[in-house]
Amino acid sequence: MIVLRADKVTRRFGGTLALDAVDFDVHSGAVNVLIGENGAGKSTLMRIFAGVDRPTEGRLLLDGEPVTFASVRDAARQGIGIVHQELNLCPNLTVAENIFLTRSDGLYIDRANEIERARKLLERIGPSIDPAAPVSSLRIGQQQIVEIARALAEDVRVLILDEPTSALSAAEVDVLFAVIDELRSKGTAIIYISHRLEELMRIGDHITILRDGRRVAYAPVAEASVAWIIDNMLGKTGQIERERTSGSDGGEAVLTLRDVDVPAAQGSPRIDIAALDVRAGEVTALYGLLGAGRSELMELVCGLRTGPGKIALKGRDLVGLSVAERVECGVLLVPEDRQRDGLFQNLGVGPNMSLANLTDLSSFGVVSDAKEASAVESMIERLNVKAHSHANPILNLSGGNQQKAVIGRCLMPGPAAILLDEPSRGVDIGARAEIFSTIQSLADEGIAVLFATSDLGEALGASDRIVVMANGRITGDFRAAETDEPALVRAANQSQPDIVGTA
Amino acid sequence: MTAELAKGASKSSIALRLAIKLRALIALFVVFVFFSIMAPNFLTVASLLIMAKHIAIIAILGIGMSFVILSGGIDLSVGSIVGLAGMVAGALILNGLTLAPLGIVIYPSIPVVVLMVLAVGAAIGWFNGTLVTRFGVAPFIATLGMLYIARGAALLMSDGATFPNLVGSAELGNQGFAFLGTGRIFGIPFPILLLIVIGGIAAFAAARTTFGRRVYAVGGNERAALLSGVRVGRVKTWVYVISGACAALVGLIVASDLVAAHPASGETFELSAIAAVVLGGASLAGGRGTIAGTIIGACVIGTLGDGMVMMGVSEFWQMVIKGAVIVAAVVLDQLQVRLGGGERS
Repeated sequence: MIVLRADKVTRRFGGTLALDAVDFDVHSGAVNVLIGENGAGKSTLMRIFAGVDRPTEGRLLLDGEPVTFASVRDAARQGIGIVHQELNLCPNLTVAENIFLTRSDGLYIDRANEIERARKLLERIGPSIDPAAPVSSLRIGQQQIVEIARALAEDVRVLILDEPTSALSAAEVDVLFAVIDELRSKGTAIIYISHRLEELMRIGDHITILRDGRRVAYAPVAEASVAWIIDNMLGKTGQIERERTSGSDGGEAVLTLRDVDVPAAQGSPRIDIAALDVRAGEVTALYGLLGAGRSELMELVCGLRTGPGKIALKGRDLVGLSVAERVECGVLLVPEDRQRDGLFQNLGVGPNMSLANLTDLSSFGVVSDAKEASAVESMIERLNVKAHSHANPILNLSGGNQQKAVIGRCLMPGPAAILLDEPSRGVDIGARAEIFSTIQSLADEGIAVLFATSDLGEALGASDRIVVMANGRITGDFRAAETDEPALVRAANQSQPDIVGTA
Repeated sequence: MTAELAKGASKSSIALRLAIKLRALIALFVVFVFFSIMAPNFLTVASLLIMAKHIAIIAILGIGMSFVILSGGIDLSVGSIVGLAGMVAGALILNGLTLAPLGIVIYPSIPVVVLMVLAVGAAIGWFNGTLVTRFGVAPFIATLGMLYIARGAALLMSDGATFPNLVGSAELGNQGFAFLGTGRIFGIPFPILLLIVIGGIAAFAAARTTFGRRVYAVGGNERAALLSGVRVGRVKTWVYVISGACAALVGLIVASDLVAAHPASGETFELSAIAAVVLGGASLAGGRGTIAGTIIGACVIGTLGDGMVMMGVSEFWQMVIKGAVIVAAVVLDQLQVRLGGGERS
């Protein structure tokens, strides 16, 4: 049964046509997958469904009746809930307070009752999350689960999940899918947006593909295939990811960690690493479930966190150096949360990319326009960043191109080691393939590359070597060519610190 | 037909956007024309020169403040630094510098006095910056504390009295203090020349130097700046040093203009400076704004103030109107953000 329907919905922003007479049926008791590259119009359509935005032309039908949503609250009252791709939580409030933020009735808040209700909601999807803990103490994946719990707190008929798994580990994806199954069996309509094709094939019932603001294809999942999706989405036959074939066995150990033992802090595990070498000429994937300590390890290396242990870059001791001094030594981090830690929304593409290398692009403290422009231009070309001009505001770029700009910034100073934390987060398939091919060519140029991922396919497909972390320890060290998914999953779920693997 | 309509709509919206973008200039024009008609003595050389001096004072404070606000901070202490700087200059000219162990008193020449006072302002700014960066005190609180400390220090220097008649004497070799505020070169008052020079340097520094770029970066996203190798603490300390030095310069100009130093001088100047920066289009959240905008903002505030005085508007009404103009500027700023942010896919 169709509960919600978009009927020839068009949305214009100035001269740009974001949606062009799109039809989209939302079946109840089913997972309705919406897929398309960044900029295809998925988010715009969802914003219209959720009452954030209104169509320029066309209409929405709820249970066959034309309907308009005046606001997000209005849409929510009529049973439409949305979990946005970017987190929308108040970090200073507790989990329970966030869940009931817009739903508290009256003046008096029964704290104990709210916490109890939050605990019940979380029981199904995130039993390890303490409803009384402040959201700021949770990792991103846990925060995402809180977002979902918030949407579930209201009786939703249509639940929109915009890339809900982009920050989740495999175990949490399983949990989420179990929740989705349960909601589906109760008759809830789920709209599911994701870039991860295997997931879509696994959880979806109906697939609709958008491209350039138009609906280009629809099929029940039973009749769809990954190749068919890619063809329609890209408009051409595209390859998801180039398999890493040319990888070396690694050269000199560029980045070395010895006896790192940092006590657990709020929301992050104890990091206990006896020895880890990241070698030149080798792409090393750092695989692990959420909360394994991947981000924390990277933050230790780049100096955002400090703690006991030896960290050295090409034999030079990094301990005690500030973040800026480590950048000068040649170790840079591409952060996981691009909006929060990566982008300068007030600056154009050019200044965003040149910042880490500004000293070299200036003389006597004055930035040389010519030097800066040519450095930015060549980096834009190298990474295939799609931007009209250097002065273009960075936010006008798609997620993938924003990510390329951040990577470009980190490459400008010519680093010895580059750390990338979930480099494909919120990035469309085309850009993702380009980013990983860039990562591989960096290794071929002799840079030590370490990227963190919770995606098995990425770990296996794009790296030479896979280091697995669990509970802040290294539990596996493999040659990518000589291992497989089960081995990695086993290592990632291992609680003992015994290192397994082939390397 | 629809295409034509859309074209018309986009044309008017472009005009609207341009008007909002150039709001400070338009406001300046409107205010200027209004007072030219309404205040009889407004368009005379004498009153325009006085007004330009007032503008220079607000603008120089505003320039220092611009760097602080661009970095995402705020400096509430500048008004008090103005007062303290004047008092330090007055004490140096009248009482000299006592070197206790040697038992002698030296009277520095005026250029040395100026340098010493600027150093005092910069040192206070450095202290502000250290509180913010080393001790993690919120800029609002750190500089609010300094607002009281510096004002108190100014009052302590003379027990609340004014240092009068700062002309110096020939035998001590410290004459000429009055030139800073009242002197002219080619008929142009010296404070205005100072504004032109400082404004030029500051605009260049903000737009073209690595320092300026880093200030914008820190104000735009401090964590991203940190990860890009920017020495965030150093940049943030320097903006307060600049602001403190600018405030000390204004203190010198004010004291020199009156040839006397009054410990209460500069009270509420910080608000005029912040207003000039905001009117000029800067965002209090940091990362957005220009030096030219601040100077135009200072022109609006200065013209408005002097014009109303000439029209005989009561002091109380002046406050109400100034406040309304500042609020209107911020409302327009938000409108611009909203118009600019309407395009998303």
